[in-house]
Amino acid sequence: MEERIVIVGAGQAGGELAAGLRKHGYKGRVLLLGDEAHPPYQRPPLSKGFLQGKVALSDLYLKPLATYERFEIELKTGTRVEAIHRSSREISLGDGSRLGYDKLVLATGGRARPLNLPGLEGARPENLFALRSISDVEAMRGRFVSGNRLVIIGGGYVGLEVAAVAVQLGLQVTLLEAAPRLLSRVTGPEVSSFIERLHRERGVQFRLACEVRGLELDEARRQVRGVSLAYQGVPELLEADLVLVGIGLTPNTELASAAGLAVDNGIVVDEYACTADPDILAVGDCANQPSAYTGGRIRLESVPNAIEHARVAVATLMGKREPYAAIPWFWSDQYGLKLQMVGLSTGYEQCVTRGSAEGKEFSAFYLKDRRVIAADVIGRPAEFMVAKRLVSSRVEVDATRLGDAAVPLNSFAA
Amino acid sequence: MAKITFIEADGKEHQVEAQEGQSVMQAAMDNLVPGIVAECGGFASCATCHGYVDEAWTTKLPAPDAAEEGMISCAYHVQPNSRLTCQLKVTPALDGLVVRLPVSQTSE
Repeated sequence: MEERIVIVGAGQAGGELAAGLRKHGYKGRVLLLGDEAHPPYQRPPLSKGFLQGKVALSDLYLKPLATYERFEIELKTGTRVEAIHRSSREISLGDGSRLGYDKLVLATGGRARPLNLPGLEGARPENLFALRSISDVEAMRGRFVSGNRLVIIGGGYVGLEVAAVAVQLGLQVTLLEAAPRLLSRVTGPEVSSFIERLHRERGVQFRLACEVRGLELDEARRQVRGVSLAYQGVPELLEADLVLVGIGLTPNTELASAAGLAVDNGIVVDEYACTADPDILAVGDCANQPSAYTGGRIRLESVPNAIEHARVAVATLMGKREPYAAIPWFWSDQYGLKLQMVGLSTGYEQCVTRGSAEGKEFSAFYLKDRRVIAADVIGRPAEFMVAKRLVSSRVEVDATRLGDAAVPLNSFAA
Repeated sequence: MAKITFIEADGKEHQVEAQEGQSVMQAAMDNLVPGIVAECGGFASCATCHGYVDEAWTTKLPAPDAAEEGMISCAYHVQPNSRLTCQLKVTPALDGLVVRLPVSQTSE
């Protein structure tokens, strides 16, 4: 019988993996199963251009359906996988049928972390949203109308990108964040305050270091009327026409753990994307992998990681061994301003900035042991390209010269 | 429709049919051309769709905007005819376009 690779999850990682197998001349069957109604698509524009109406649905698709047909990638959308039977190398699907595999790749991604709050038990209010999928955006679009009051819970990238789109569409936006500053998990205070000012100038209201206490529902428990919170010790009720929760991602690891695979903040894999079962791999947002860059284990939630991890898995499936070596990077876009981030700044000792925050273009370099371990670059694409090299080459830099705008950044790169 | 030829750094050629209005990068993606990674999906944020446009075509293309110029200026293996293919829109005038791909995008 023909060899068969089954990919569970038709997101960016799964789609990339299927395409990568064909690019490398894999001759067996490739089945790509996704529980959404769409072929693999780009998620980053969901909270940016797609929500704003500037990017069309078909432009989100990474490849047209015809490409899957032409390259014999058996794409099955709307297909849920219920269980993995490792002893017989089969999976069972939502319709009760079973499907055999020779190699199984879990590219299950993640889901928006839900809000657990008093008052919300058992209720599914129509105007309470998360943002992870096309259907999430389609559900909220009707309420993205000028004048509506939007309360966003969570000051991470999703919350901020939605805030940017919303104020530009004329909504009244208040963003609530538990930490004392925005993006606190991923960036330094210099960038946090820049981003905060950027949004305040456009009219976004903030409640930082704020404790969300509960949601006020209508009598039918179908609508959120407001969000109750404590801000600087004072209780407050913010009325809302819609509420967006953007408090992170929960990796979809249930299939793996039910099958007895190790799960620890993601499905545990080695540097070749393999789980302890030689026939099962895991890639992308759902996988926890060793990182040559940090020296520890990491789980990344990003498109570049999904692409690179899929590439590693393709090599493994084709019988080559190419360990994951990429440096993580991320991007965002708010009010047309490009934010590009490379590396992880956790544990940095010093932050050196170049450019001016007032001029809407500056870079922040995070140093540890005289080396740039991460950088956030705003509105300066050329500096981002150099920052990527500085982080990957681990060259020593002089912090004073790095902060001197008269010294070309290029001169630091190896 | 326009025919575009992508030539990988190792010389392997891929001729594809590109649709009018799509980007040159997307035409490569739709046809599984190796060597165009396109991490950011076409927003001039990553420079992994970098290509060299054959001389005959450079003047038929609109000049790069500031974002593209910035990304290109500090990319790997830059040449005077370097472009980000995500920023190049396919038009009938581009029929026959040849794009060579840099050695830095041959990791696949």
